[in-house]
Formats: sequence, structure tokens, C-alpha cells
Amino acid sequence: MTKTAPERIFVKGNEAVAHGALAAGCRCFFGYPITPQNEIPEFMSKALPEAGGEFVQAESEVAAANMLLGAAACGIRAMTSSSSPGISLKQEAISYMAGSQLPAVLVNMSRGGPGLGDIGPSQGDYYQSTRGGGHGDYRLLVIAPATCQEAYDLIIEAFDLAFKYKNPVMILGDAILGQMKEPVTCWKPEGHNDHAESWQLDGCKGRDPRLIKSLFLEEGALAEHNLVLQAKYEAMKAEVRYETFECDDAELVVVAFGSIGRIVKSTVRSLRARGHKVGLFRPITLYPFPSEALAELAAQGKRFLTIEHNLGQMVDDVRLAVRKHGDSDFHAQMPGTLPNPDDFEKPILERLGGK
Amino acid sequence: MQPQEKLVFKPSEVLVDRPTHYCPGCQHGTAHRIVAECLEELGLAENAVCIGSIGCSVFIYNYLKVDAVEAPHGRAPAVATGAKRARPDKFVFAYQGDGDLASIGLAEIMHAANRGERISIIFVNNTVYGMTGGQMAPTTMIGQATTTCPAGRCEDKEGMPMKMAEIISQLGGTAYCARVAVNNVGNIAKAKKAVKKAFEVQLNGQGFGFVEFLATCPTNWKMTPIDANKRIEEEMIPYFPLGVFKDRTAEEE
Repeated sequence: MTKTAPERIFVKGNEAVAHGALAAGCRCFFGYPITPQNEIPEFMSKALPEAGGEFVQAESEVAAANMLLGAAACGIRAMTSSSSPGISLKQEAISYMAGSQLPAVLVNMSRGGPGLGDIGPSQGDYYQSTRGGGHGDYRLLVIAPATCQEAYDLIIEAFDLAFKYKNPVMILGDAILGQMKEPVTCWKPEGHNDHAESWQLDGCKGRDPRLIKSLFLEEGALAEHNLVLQAKYEAMKAEVRYETFECDDAELVVVAFGSIGRIVKSTVRSLRARGHKVGLFRPITLYPFPSEALAELAAQGKRFLTIEHNLGQMVDDVRLAVRKHGDSDFHAQMPGTLPNPDDFEKPILERLGGK
Repeated sequence: MQPQEKLVFKPSEVLVDRPTHYCPGCQHGTAHRIVAECLEELGLAENAVCIGSIGCSVFIYNYLKVDAVEAPHGRAPAVATGAKRARPDKFVFAYQGDGDLASIGLAEIMHAANRGERISIIFVNNTVYGMTGGQMAPTTMIGQATTTCPAGRCEDKEGMPMKMAEIISQLGGTAYCARVAVNNVGNIAKAKKAVKKAFEVQLNGQGFGFVEFLATCPTNWKMTPIDANKRIEEEMIPYFPLGVFKDRTAEEE
């Protein structure tokens, strides 16, 4: 992808997402206010009409996600954003979009839960994001940026991936990413080919009518449909992404994603300066999960500590990945809190010394 | 010598020639035919996006030769909003039953109407949840027995049947709103006129179009088709009066 017209802006993570989506050619946004992601719909309410697109503040998260479904069925680049309780309400349409094989981008700037929780940062929606979230057997492509620049870059790719796989893609951030401000270098992809002409609804002039649905009542039809979907979820594994930092000679590899991955990186840097053999493995795609890369590190005899801003969710995936060679310890950063790099020194040093 | 044949009626080109899945005496088929004829006469079929909803009528996409997408229960007006905002040049309409529109989808229908979405909604009210086996709907009549109000709907416990056409007509974005029935030839002709008008207000960018059909469900009413049709006249129309509740085109004339 070529990058043109670089422009440097100083924005919140939420605004970086919105700028990136606009650069990616998003032309419809359907939202409903919820903290801590309100800068996204607020930006879109002004920017999209100016770009010739449509912004709708829906009557509910349920309606917003179903508006997304309708726009997606027309082959348009469209998105919605929300935060944890709102994403729960959007699960109905997400399941239908997955079942109907529709491309859409959803942003979850997650907050503490369960229930109304608080508006502080959390990674408590990992299971919901990576296990489908709604009813039925399906997966989303789930991408977890750690910086405002990544938020900008990855949402551009999220639109491409959504259309490549005809599947909803989720950007999973949190209140830290959404609310922190950083410089971002803007770039615009030069055109995109979504190949939507072959399936989008645009009136049946000159061809047979098209039907987009997730209902399959004939004996065996749903089974066949689900096999197609599962093959697609397997194919998505080609999109796996992760960052490794100081892993080569590390005795202990800390696995952390998103904002926590970024904070742990500072901890690792600080511990390295003091001679501790610790590294960071940061999954960028949460589905597909970078299991193979983790298994390779495990085969080299490294030990693992998973740190999450929840009570233990991704650690299941880490353990599945490394199970042939070892295990992973877990440290919970309580949801809703705002950790700093020092908070992670003790749990890391305990595991380093405990071999 | 053969007597000369004169063709007085032919099915709409927009209708698919297939056996119906609806029960004997069900009036969804008549409503489908009216929709198909209006699409054809206004030349809309090849530019249309149909939103199917949940319940017996989800299969509307099997009967109309138009592009279609399936919406979750009650969400057809939101899906239609998304489709129309994405493709303002397309003709977007949804077809919903009473459980779908007046219960779980009440927020979606009211807000789509209030925003004045340039979409058309065909609402088929047969006072019962059909496909799921005859449970109480928001439109179930007082005293009407269903599988979830076996002693008959009771105002004290379950409230009064909701008059959707009256409610929708009150909302600012509604450009055309009518209630029709298809229980006799005269009413069928009026129903077709109403659907055409609802489609035209979308085409003219005037706002939201809504037509409520009073229709039979002989199976879940446990009636013969003839008795079911009689019930429309004797019980439903007195409570759900037919007529045009809002017509912005008339106001502008």
C-alpha cells in the first residue's frame, strides 16, 4: 500500500480511529453515545457529511449495529463504535452479519465490567471479542492496537480485511487508547477494490435478484453454510500479527496486548537496563491468535507470564499455544484501574526468580 | 370454433411463480401481490432493496424478484435506514408483522418514522405471532385467546392492543400513513392505492411511508378462512379503523 500526503496530527486514540476510518473510505457511520469513545461519533458527525457520507445517531446500540448491517449489505464501507455495554447490545447484529457474510468494522473502546462497570480501562471483553460474542459458531477478525498511530493504521487495514473475508472486523481498544493523545502521521490508501459488485444489493437490473440471509432451513443447508464459514475462519489465520520485543535471549516472555502490551514494554525496557532477561510478546491480532509464534518460543524453552487488564482471559489462548512445551503464569491487573510500568515490575521479577 | 379468449388478468412480473408456503386463507399472499404490483407499476423492482423481517413474512424474498436482505427480529427499519443511507438512490422497503414491528421493534419503527427516513414499511397486522405458534402480540384484541393468554387478552394485565397507524401518524417524519384491509375487493383496491402512495412519498423524498394491513391468520385464530375474513370486518375494523391518518402530499396540494 502506498502512502501519500503525510500529515502530522496530535489527537486522541478515538480521533485517530475516526481519521483512519475516513481515510479508508468509510462513508457511513452509525453510533450511539457511550463513554469512553464519544470522540469517534462526534468526529464522524461533522467529517462524514463533509466527505459526502452519512452519519446517523441511532436510537440505540441495537439499531446502530443493524443500520450497519443494512449499509454493509449495499457494499458500502461502514462502521460503528461503542464501548463494552454497548458492544453487548450490538452482538445481535454482529452474529447476523457474520452469518450473512457481510463486511463491517466495529470499534470497541472497552471499559470496566461486568454490567455497567465503570468508565475506566479494561480488557474484560477479550472472550466476547474473540469467541464470537453473539449466538452461533462464528469468529470476528479482532485487532488490538497499542498506540494512536497503530489505531490509525490498523483501522485502514480493518476495512480491507472486512471486505477481503466478507466478515465483521473488530478493533479492540480500551479507555487508555481512546483517551490518550499522541502524534499520528496520517496517510491515505490509494484506492481500494472491495469486489462488492458480485454480491452487494443495488437493485437487480439486468441480473437475477440477490438475497443476503443467515436463515437456512433445508436439511443440511446450515451445516454446509457453517462449513464454509469455518473454512473462512481458518483462512483468516494468514492475517496473524504480533510484535516481539527483546525475546531472543529472554528467559521469561511476558504476553500482553493493547494498552497493557505497550505499558509492559516500558517495564521490559527498564528491567533489561538492569540486566534482567525478559521480553515482550504482543499479539496484535487476537483472532487469529498468534499461536504458532508463541509455540516456537515455548519450544526454545522460554517461560511465559501473561498480563491482562482483566481476571484472566487471553491466558487461555496462551496456554493452548504453548501447552506442548510448557505453561503460562498469569497476573491480573484489576479492570477499571490505570496501571503504570512500575506496577508490573514485581510480578515479572517474581516469575523471573521463581524458575 | 374456439371462443376468442380475452386476457383480463395476469400475475405481476415481480411475483415469483411458486407454490405458497402460507396457510390456507392467510392474506400475506394478497399483501405480497399488492406490493409486487406497485413495484411493477412504478418501475421500481430493478432498483429496489427489500428488507425481510422475522416470522411468517421473512420469506417475502422468496416471492418477489428483488434484491433482499434479512433483518433480525424487529430491526427491519434500522436495516432499511442503513441501506437507504448507504444507497440513497435505491428504493428501500421493509415488510414486517405485528410481533416484529409493534413489540420488539417498536423503537426502530418509531425512530425511523420520526427521522423521516426515506423508506417504506408494509406492516401486516394479524393480531398474533404466527410462525412461533400463535402467541399474544401487542395487537391481540381484548378477549382474544392465544397460547400465551389462553383466557383471552385482558386489558388490566396485558394492556390494550396498540394502534400502530395512529401512533406512526403522530411522528414528525411520517409523510404518509394509512391502515387498509384486504378482506374484500373494494378494500384490496384501496390497499393498493395506499401502498402506491407510501412508495411515492419515498420516491419524491417527502419522508417516511407506512401502510398497516389488517390480515387474517386462520390457523392461529382457529377459524375457517371465511370466518377469519368475517372477523376482520366485525371485530378488527371497529377497533382498528381503516383510512389515511397522514398524507403530506395532500397537505402540500
